[in-house]
Parts: sequence; C-alpha cells; structure tokens
Amino acid sequence: MNLTLKIWRQKGPQDKGRMVEYKVTDISEHMSFLEMMDVLNESLVAKDEEPIAFDHDCREGICGMCSLQINGEAHGPDRGITTCQLHMRMFKDGDTIYIEPFRANAFPVIKDLVVDRMAFERIQQAGGYISVNTSGNTQDANSIPISKHNADLSMDAASCIGCGACVASCKNSSAMLFVAAKVSQFALLPQGKVEAKDRVKNMVFQMDLEGFGNCTNTGACEIECPKGISIENIARLNREYLAATI
Amino acid sequence: MTTLNSRIPEGPIKDKWTLYKDKINLVNPANKRNIDIIVIGTGLAGGSAAATLAELGYSVKAFAYQDSPRRAHSIAAQGGINASKNYMGDGDSNYRLFYDTVKGGDYRSREANVYRLAEVSGNIIDQCVAQGVPFARDYGGLLDNRSFGGVLVSRTFYAKGQTGQQLLLGAYSAMNRQIARGKIEMFNRHEMLDVVKIDGKARGIIARNLVTGEIERHSAHAVVIATGGYGNVYFLSTNAMGSNATAAWKIHKKGAFFANPCFTQIHPTCIPRSGDYQSKLTLMSESLRNDGRIWVPAKLEDAKAIQQKKLKPIQIAEENRDYFLERRYPAFGNLVPRDVASRAAKERCDAGFGVNATGEAVYLDFAAAIKRYGTEQAKIKGIHDASIEKITELGAAVIEEKYGNLFQMYEKIIDENPYKTPMMIYPATHYTMGGVWVDYNLMTTVPGLYCIGEANFSDHGANRLGASALMQGLADGYFVLPYTIGDYLADDIRTGKIKTDSPEFDEAEESVKKQLKFFIENKGTHTVDYYHKRLGQVMWDKVGMARNEKGLKEAIVEIQEIREDFWKNVKVPGSLNEFNQELEKAGRVADFLELGELFAKDALEREESCGGHFREEHVTEDGEAKRDDVNFAHVSVWEYTGKPSEAILHKEQLEFKDIELKTRSYK
Amino acid sequence: MSRILSSSIARKVAMALSALFLIIFLLIHLTVNITSLFSKDVFNELSHFMGTNFLVQFLMQPILIFGVVFHFVMGFVLELRNKRARTVKYVKYNGAANASWMSRNMAVSGGVILAFLVLHFIDFWFPEMNYKYIEVLPEDPTRYFEELQHKFTNPLRVGAYVIAFVLLALHLLHGFQSAFQSIGLNKYTNCVKSLGKIYAVAIPAGFIIIALFHYFNH
Repeated sequence: MNLTLKIWRQKGPQDKGRMVEYKVTDISEHMSFLEMMDVLNESLVAKDEEPIAFDHDCREGICGMCSLQINGEAHGPDRGITTCQLHMRMFKDGDTIYIEPFRANAFPVIKDLVVDRMAFERIQQAGGYISVNTSGNTQDANSIPISKHNADLSMDAASCIGCGACVASCKNSSAMLFVAAKVSQFALLPQGKVEAKDRVKNMVFQMDLEGFGNCTNTGACEIECPKGISIENIARLNREYLAATI
Repeated sequence: MTTLNSRIPEGPIKDKWTLYKDKINLVNPANKRNIDIIVIGTGLAGGSAAATLAELGYSVKAFAYQDSPRRAHSIAAQGGINASKNYMGDGDSNYRLFYDTVKGGDYRSREANVYRLAEVSGNIIDQCVAQGVPFARDYGGLLDNRSFGGVLVSRTFYAKGQTGQQLLLGAYSAMNRQIARGKIEMFNRHEMLDVVKIDGKARGIIARNLVTGEIERHSAHAVVIATGGYGNVYFLSTNAMGSNATAAWKIHKKGAFFANPCFTQIHPTCIPRSGDYQSKLTLMSESLRNDGRIWVPAKLEDAKAIQQKKLKPIQIAEENRDYFLERRYPAFGNLVPRDVASRAAKERCDAGFGVNATGEAVYLDFAAAIKRYGTEQAKIKGIHDASIEKITELGAAVIEEKYGNLFQMYEKIIDENPYKTPMMIYPATHYTMGGVWVDYNLMTTVPGLYCIGEANFSDHGANRLGASALMQGLADGYFVLPYTIGDYLADDIRTGKIKTDSPEFDEAEESVKKQLKFFIENKGTHTVDYYHKRLGQVMWDKVGMARNEKGLKEAIVEIQEIREDFWKNVKVPGSLNEFNQELEKAGRVADFLELGELFAKDALEREESCGGHFREEHVTEDGEAKRDDVNFAHVSVWEYTGKPSEAILHKEQLEFKDIELKTRSYK
Repeated sequence: MSRILSSSIARKVAMALSALFLIIFLLIHLTVNITSLFSKDVFNELSHFMGTNFLVQFLMQPILIFGVVFHFVMGFVLELRNKRARTVKYVKYNGAANASWMSRNMAVSGGVILAFLVLHFIDFWFPEMNYKYIEVLPEDPTRYFEELQHKFTNPLRVGAYVIAFVLLALHLLHGFQSAFQSIGLNKYTNCVKSLGKIYAVAIPAGFIIIALFHYFNH
C-alpha cells in the first residue's frame, strides 16, 4: 500500500519543530509500524536526508521504549499493544497517518519523536520499591502465603511497562495510572504493606512535582494502556493516599 | 602470554563456594565508600549487581544505553526462572539442578560455577519475593511451578508470561532505592565505547552521551560488564534492536579473552519470518511446549498443499500428522532441550515438510491441551454431559489463563487465532552461551575487569536450558560478584580516586573519537543496516543451526569482504554532537563484523557437534549430535592480537569430577 | 500537611466530596420542587420551611454556597493547571477514541451550569434575599407557588433551563461515578455506574418536567 505520513520533526529540545510530509510506497500489510518507519528511514538516508529519530528497542511490546502518538492515539489505533506491535494491516491504502511524539510538559522532546521520560524514573526513585537488602538472607519465599487473587491483581498492576501512553493519551497529561500501577502492586502484597504510607505519599508528591496534570477519571489511559492496566488501580491509589494522610 | 587460571577453589563441589567465601578478602565498610565501581548494562545481571554493590557501600556508576534500566532486554524473558526449591516435592535438589544444567549444556560448562549457580538459585526466589515480585501462586497462596525443556522436575517459577519483566523490575526497584540514596549514579542513554587500562588493570571507561554526543571519561577501581549476548550478529534474532556486543568486544580487544563464541542458542519456538523488511524475530516462550504439541504433515503432498494455502492444518487427520519430537524422543517428547528441538524442526523443514509459504515453519498445536483441560474443568464444575463446544470453551479459558499474553502477541503479529488454528513457529537466534572468559570470581583476563550474566561464558556450556538465563543473571549480580569483587578490591583501599587526566584516558578517548569521526565523514554509499543484514545472512546460512567446514571457510572470507566494504562505503548521516541513532548502530555493526569472523573461526576449529554447535561432519547414524570428549572437552578461549583471523587459541580443559561424561540422550 | 493538601489527589478528593454534597443537594431540591406538580399547598409549606428555618438559612445555605463556589473555582483552577501540563498541543488528537465527550468536557458543561446558576440566582435567590433580609417584607407562607409559576411564563427562560439541565445531565453522567472513583470507592463500580446513570438522567429530567409543566399550566 501507499501512504502519506505527516511526521513531527524537531532538531533538538530548543527547536520549535514542525510537521513534515513524507510518502511511502509498497508497504506490506504484514509489516509492523516500526518496520514501515525503518523503510522510510532507509530511503531518507539514501537521499542524504536525516532519518527520523524514534525510540524503540525490544520490538515485542515489553520494554516500553517505543512511544508514538499515531493518528491522535498513543501507540496507534489498535488496542492492547505498543507501537512496535502495531501492524500495517490496521491501515488502508492511501491513508494519511499523523505521527507525533508523546506530548506532555513533563516529557520534553529530545529529538523528532524521542521524548525524555526521566520524570517516571524520579517517581520510581521516590518510593517504587520495597526496602529490603539484596543479601539473599530473607525468609523463605513460601513463608508468607499470599492469596492467589491478590497475587494476580498485583501481577496485573506490575505488568506496567512504563511507556507513558497513559500520560500521552490523557487530556490532562496525568501520570496517575503509572503511579497507581506501582503503588497497587506493592499495596496488594504483605511485603509492601510496611512502607505503604510513605511510599504513596512520596510517589504522589514527586508526581505532582514533575508537572503532570490532574486525573479527571476520563479513563483514556486504561483504554490506551498497552498492558490494559485498569483504572481500578487509580481508585486504589486514591484510597491508599487517603488512608496514608488521614 | 597470559595463562588461564580459572581459580576454582579446592574441596568437594558441595562445599567449594562456602569454603571459598569464608576465606575471601573483604573490604571494610568505611573503605568501600571510597571505592568506585562502574557497571555497564543494567539488565538482570548488571541491575542486581549495581544495587547490591551500592548496598554493600561501594560508590557505583551504572550505565545503560536505553532511557531507563527497566528497558534492558532481560525484560523480554517470558517463561520463568529455575530454582531448586523442591516445593513440588518431585525430587529436586541442588545436585539435580546442577546435573541438568551441565547435561543440558552438553558437558561444556565449568562444574564449579554451575554448582554454585544451583546452590544460590533458591536464594534468588526468596530475594525476589521479598522485593515484591508477584510470582504466580496456587490457591493455597504458595508459589506455583511449571516444567521446562530438558528436565524431569517442575522447578520453574513464573509471573504469567512476563517473568523476566518482573524480575528486572525487582532489580530495578532495588537500584532505584540506591539511586535515591545517592549510592548509584545512573547514566541513562550512555554507551560505553572503550575500557581504559592503567598498569594492566581496568580503571575506567570512555562513554558517549547518546543525547548530546559528548564523549565522557569515567574512572573506577573496577569495571563490570553486564551487557548481554551478541545474538544480533545474525541481524535477525529475538534480541532487542539495540542489543549489542560493543562493550564485550572492546574489552576483548583490550585483553579480555573471548570464550566459545560459536555456542549460540537457536530457540525453537519463535514466530516465523514474514518478509525482507523484517527487523526482528519474536519469541514464543518455551513454556508453550508444556501444552503445545509440535507437528508437521506426515505426507509431503499435504505439506505442499498447506504451503500453497490449499489446505488448512485442522483438515489434516490425526494419523497424517507427524509429531516428530514425540516420535524421535519419546522420553522427553515436546520438552526436549532447545538445541534438539530446533534441529529437529529444521530437519523436517529442510525435507520439505514446512507449513508456511517459505516452508520454514512447523505447527505448535494446543487442540489436545484445550480438550484435556476442558474435560478436566467440566468435571471440576460438575458438568456431566458437556458438549464439545463447552469443553473447548473451558479448555481455552485455562490456556488463556496460562499463556494469554503470548497468544495475544501471536495473533497481533500473524493475524490468526491460535486458539482455533495451530501456531506456526520456527527456530531463531536467541541466546549466546559463549562470551567473555571469566574465572571463578567472574573476572576476565584483565585484572579489575569483570563480566557477568549472558555476556560471560561460564554456566551454560554449549546449550542453555530454559529458565536458566534469568537464574544466572541474578545469581551473578546478587550473590556471586558482590562477594568475589571484594577479593580484588581489598588491595585497592589505599589507591584513592583514579584520575581521568592520565595518558591512558587521553589515548582511549582519542581512538573513540577517531572512529566516530570517521563514520560521519566517510559519506559512503550504503547504510549501516545494509551491512548488518548482509552479515546476518552469511551468519544464518553458514554459521547457523547446522555448520560444515566448507560453509564456515566461505563465511570467514565473506565476512572479511563485508567488513572491508563496510569500512570503505558505509554511510552515516547527521553529525557527532547530537542524538544520532545511525551513528550508534555503525559502531555496533563494526564490532559485529569482527565478532562474526571469530565466531565462524571458533565454529570451524571445534570439530565436534555439541549443544547449539552442530557440525554436519559429526553426527551419529540416526542424525544426532556427536560429541568428541577426547579432543574437545575444553573451553576455546581466544586472545585478540589485532585481527580476528589472527586470534590465538587457548584451552581451558574442563574437568568432570562430579558428573560422568555421557552421551546426552533424551530418547 | 500543606504538602498533602496541595497534592493533586487531595484536590481531586475535594472536588469529589463537594460534588457528592451537591448531588445530595440536587436530590433535596428536586424533591421539594416536584411537589409543585401536584400540590400547591405542600410546595408552599416545604418552601416556607426551607425559607424560614434557622438551620437551613444560616447553616445549610452558607455551606451550600461555599460548596458551589468551591466546586466551580477548584474545577476551573484544575482545568487551567491541566491545560498547562501540555503547552505544545497535538496536531491531531483523537480524544473520542478513548474517552467519552462528557468526561472530556466537564469544564464546558460546568461552565454552562455556572451561567445557568447566575440566571437562577437572579430569578429566585436575589429576590428572595431582597424580600427577606433587605426590605424585610412580612412573610406570606403562600407566595412561593405563584412566584415559581410566574418565572416559567417566558419561553426563552424555559428554553435556557432545559438546555442547562441537559448539560447538567451530561455533567452528572461522568461526574457521579467519577466522584466515587476519586474517593477510592471502586469496589462497587458496576453498581455505582448504574446508579449514576439513573441519577444523571432522572434528576435533570425532573427539573425539566417541572419547568415545562408550569410553562404549559400557568
């Protein structure tokens, strides 16, 4: 198929940036979206133009590196996947596709479609851990039984890949789903209960400091989340926060 | 000339590690904070090492080429992690895990290292649970296990199909705790481009800030390389796009010997290739072989019809299917080790029985498992005369619970529903058992330079068992290196800060800058990927699943030609001092082009078939690998002397005192 | 403490609590007004009680006014802050793909409701305050029904009421369940969602019926 691409180009953090139009031809429907971008980049290099910078790594939907806003949606029109798992069969011959970086003031653009997600790192550093020494001298793994129900819920929350689609798709650029996922993972496990109060307070404080917007429960994050993390986790975060502060 | 000293401690194998730890030199806590350690790579091995070293009190600088340690490719490991906990009560023990690993590795790994690995495996699970890793549990609230290829017990702990992710996030959280305390200084989006040696010891690195392009100098008392394997030498592999061998190769060129490069694992269950544009291959976890049955049509005409899409797999009657693993290996069936399964699939496809348009795919069928689970569920739920539809529905739900994310991933890529029609799979490069040679302390042949995780060679011999990579990465990082590094650093407490203005740093920085400048100024005719794909093609065709003398000799010549062409005609756009992904790739491919040659040379030199290394000249009468323990029960350790072709071979003889050398049989 | 009070979650909880308070108020308001459909006397009696009871006038009324003002001010402050979290906009943004119109336009529906409230205050509350506390006219327990009917003679005003209540319905369709989510009560999600839908339709519909009834029956 043949496609028209409108892609955000920005030389660096200081550059204003603009949309640039490109044409690609003979795209196979079995290609992944990023393979289509590879084809475009190969052709740009051949023409002595600068290829389009975009983040990607594992290309199997788990590292959370890829981050494109495609036709106004984080990770494109398909559900439950990252951009690298999006296939061109989702598009039709002759389509125009808008490709932009994930946008939020807390995610400044580094170049073209690459954004800086260090804000997420700082939130994790503020409390996204259980303070246990890595000595291996902990108690036996089976000494605390954990109900399968809670273990499964914890796993669901823990499957967050930190890609930032929640922020990108939220009209308020809120990072609540990301923070909620980490807080929930630990809140649901006995090991995490010890530091639960400090954890939720510190992580929320850091989240606010980074300049993310406020959650208004639109639910966009849950729909766009490649791992389908539920906004029930946000309710749990609210609850944990209230419990920690009252 | 350096002689290889593996520093294996004396004593019976069961006590080696304990006795060794008792006598090892330690660094006093007050001195630790004056000692800097650089850790390159923040996957399971690097991340857990960085966190533990920081916790012990060392000042750690950690480097990752991605924007966060959480993105390292350990995250993609799906199936699980082994540990000899014997929670299932099925007769597991440290010895059995040790035995399975050595046997699975086709008797080409170092006994002492493997035993230590088995010994600390249980600690890993305890540690991870304490960190909040949400492993799968049964209804009683206790940890669940499943079985993996090549073993007869269930010892694999898992977190859905995302075990690697959860373990990495555990190590990452331990790192975050130390980053917040200032004990780890984290350098994201930085790539190590060379190691700096002063007086023969590793004392620092040269790194490029990938955002600004700035070349930086970092000094330390010891350097730890934890940068994973070199599977991307094949271009197409299950590795991440950025996975590279640059750190490992650069230290090789600075004096660290490289061991067994030809031991590469081709994983049997990957999604087949669909076209030339393909950028990577996607793995389907080995755990699928617990429930999936692998088959191809028994009749050639059926296979042809399927290849031309005239026939669907479900139309082929049971008696016309060839469940070739069950046929050839009745004892282990679909759960034979990876190398065996991969070769068997290749053998069928080469004979024309492949099941997709390219003829390079076999079926992985869940219909039997769905039926079995469905019947079981119907019984549990008290449905007596359940219809076939109901049984299928119930069975599919069980399969979804176990492998839901894998099935979804498959469907997104192939656009077929694997609950209804069998999956198509084909082997793909997955893991490299070979790597930088290390001694029992995990130190390379360069003093103060360590190598852990997939990047080293030590534990998996010629073939790695499923769910053992995560185990090794975490064992090295959490429980081995933090002890053994103290033995070396104990002599460094009076050294003081290492200065970065020495001539050694000047020289290393100069050579790094020279290479980068060359790429930008070369203005050649072909992109980096063009060369990488060419290299990959040669590697796959001639140094792939089956190798022979003629092919390997050709491969060496061809790789040399590609390399020559690369250095003449490569084209890298953009400039030095900016975010430049093509420039990053150029350096990595340059290193692969050298490593690939050493790889082929090693494969040529190893005149036997063992594990992942299969030489067509060395087969038994029924087509199985034929090992040569008289001449090749050694680690091939290569010393760099200026060119891969001129590398000098050293041999570390492997001694098997606790396990009898036997022909590996899974029949 | 100030760190907690200024946190995004505390603000969100405050929005939710004021919303829940207003939701209860709306229910009471409708209960009183709906009596005007079938009994002039009951309506007058209830109105008189509300208008003259000390607790209602000097405790409940100030709290209510505070609640209304707080909900609006906080709502608009948050909306502005949220806008500031993304100063470079998407060229193409497909909000409809993942969130309802209602949830994305709470500020719009809220703004319309605010405009309506201004009208509503001019219509009822200012005359009432004037009557009782400025001119201090003698209390006539039967005046309320006529005042009500009188207001719904103008078709433009009735039209404005209807539009405002439709927007209120949209506001509530998202707002009701959102308030429960914000305070962390997600355990009864399905129940809350259904109740929210019923409430969001029934309450504004009730007010619309009252307005139309009096317009056609004066």
